[in-house]
Amino acid sequence: MSAPSTGGASRDGYGSALLRLADDPRVVVLEADLGKSTKSCLFREANPERTVSLGIAEQNMILVGAGMASSGKIPFASTFAIFTERGFEQVRNGVARPGLVVHLCGSHGGIHTGTDGSSAQSIEDLALYRTIPGMTVIHPCDDLSSEELTIQLLDHGRPSYTRTARNKTPRMYDEESCKKLRIGKGSILRKGSDVAIIACGVMVSEAIRAAEELSKNGVEATVVDMHTIKPLDTELIDELVQECKGIVTAEDHSVIGGLGSAVSEHVSYRGGVPIRMVGVSDRFGESGEPGELMNLMGITYGDIVDSCESLLS
Amino acid sequence: MIHAAGAGHPGGSLSAIDIIAALYGNQLRFDVNNPDWADRDRFIMSKGHASPAVYSILFEMGFITEDDMMSFRKLGSVCQGHVDMKWTNGVDFSAGSLGMGLSFGLGCALAARMDSSNREVWVMVGDGEIQEGQFWEAAMAADFHSVGRLNLIVDRNRIQNDDFVEVQMEVGDVGAKLASFGWDVMEIDGHDMEQVSQAIQWSSSMTASPTAIVAHTIKGKGVSYMEDNPSFHGKAPNDNELAIALEELS
Repeated sequence: MSAPSTGGASRDGYGSALLRLADDPRVVVLEADLGKSTKSCLFREANPERTVSLGIAEQNMILVGAGMASSGKIPFASTFAIFTERGFEQVRNGVARPGLVVHLCGSHGGIHTGTDGSSAQSIEDLALYRTIPGMTVIHPCDDLSSEELTIQLLDHGRPSYTRTARNKTPRMYDEESCKKLRIGKGSILRKGSDVAIIACGVMVSEAIRAAEELSKNGVEATVVDMHTIKPLDTELIDELVQECKGIVTAEDHSVIGGLGSAVSEHVSYRGGVPIRMVGVSDRFGESGEPGELMNLMGITYGDIVDSCESLLS
Repeated sequence: MIHAAGAGHPGGSLSAIDIIAALYGNQLRFDVNNPDWADRDRFIMSKGHASPAVYSILFEMGFITEDDMMSFRKLGSVCQGHVDMKWTNGVDFSAGSLGMGLSFGLGCALAARMDSSNREVWVMVGDGEIQEGQFWEAAMAADFHSVGRLNLIVDRNRIQNDDFVEVQMEVGDVGAKLASFGWDVMEIDGHDMEQVSQAIQWSSSMTASPTAIVAHTIKGKGVSYMEDNPSFHGKAPNDNELAIALEELS
């Protein structure tokens, strides 16, 4: 693929999508005092009558969304990823259990969030929401894919959690290629027969860079943008197991319970190839620039390269 | 029902049932042949453990059968342990985790307002339940958004799971607290059917702001050994106790 251009952050794509979804009168937006950060503010400016401010009260926001969903609305509720977790039981019991279609978005996910420090760096959200029956879990890698996948939620028909990132990352898609994305289907960005790198979110561009480094040493990697953590594209993983000698997963998330776990669970059921996980080991983050933190946590392209090489050796 | 299941919550069902009967009998607009009618009034039973009270009324209204009722808490029954909209026709909320119902009702009322519908939302909570912080988040938001047609009933029976509310965490003057949150409040004897009926009419007439009825009730009302007895919050009567209860309630 051609060299990526720098677009916006995935949260910008979420905001753009809400604006486009406003044509559907069922769409409502719920905020918990972080609309400027999650980018739902774009919808608010254009559609104040369908935007509800719930203040700094996430538990209430989630159940207000459930009530609205039970009354024919399609609510999009957002706050920081970490603060959605305050309402985890509300999502579990109030939204998913009765099967109400509320779309929850947690922005500023992962240690990539940076200088706010560990209190803001959700590294367990994907794991949490993945455990809830019937819940779709999405983590796009750039602004355009975030916009496209959020648009597709309109007709998704199931409750969802989407994690977006605070900071800009290189674009993996353009206006045309992002239209080919489908919720629940991994997106192959690069083909190679030695190793498969399955990544999500901000780690997708790192995976591409790692593949380019590996190629210099004669190792060819497939790179998958696994933007949907649940339902996991097991069909694609089965193909990768057939084609490659091993799998490396990469995520800005704890190695406990996230993308790496999901892939490992599936591969362990069916049998297959060795797996290495690049992610945050069992620890909290701290304040720092995103690049510094990625180095500290061992989740850079270099770490992906090392994992691929150790797996193949 | 509770005796047949061998488990359940008789106390909080008996404190609430007079009010629920009045709501279904004279106030709520619903269609038993079309339980999902979009413009029906909503009854959000937030204290979902008092499900036997709700199932009894849903049976009377024709939503469920006697067999359904008697299969309460059994595998596959439409009468789940806690009221659940996914399982039972006529149930508008999946309860079981306290403190969430007022938020859900607020969402229903906001949606109704966006639809320019005059459908009403009635939410019943227990007094122990309002120890949950989320209840007050919802109370604050309902006033801030001036949500009319949101009607709250607090079943003030003074007993929660482990003991009396005043022992566990006294909630105090609930009416004054809600009033300070901007709600219009009426306090009644929740077993005086004239007061119950008047309060429901008053609450329904207040369409510009949220209203609360604080109903002072007796846990286990009508059964001598259950009345004001914390041990019958969540315990089924035995054979002998059942016979006494049926005699006293008949």
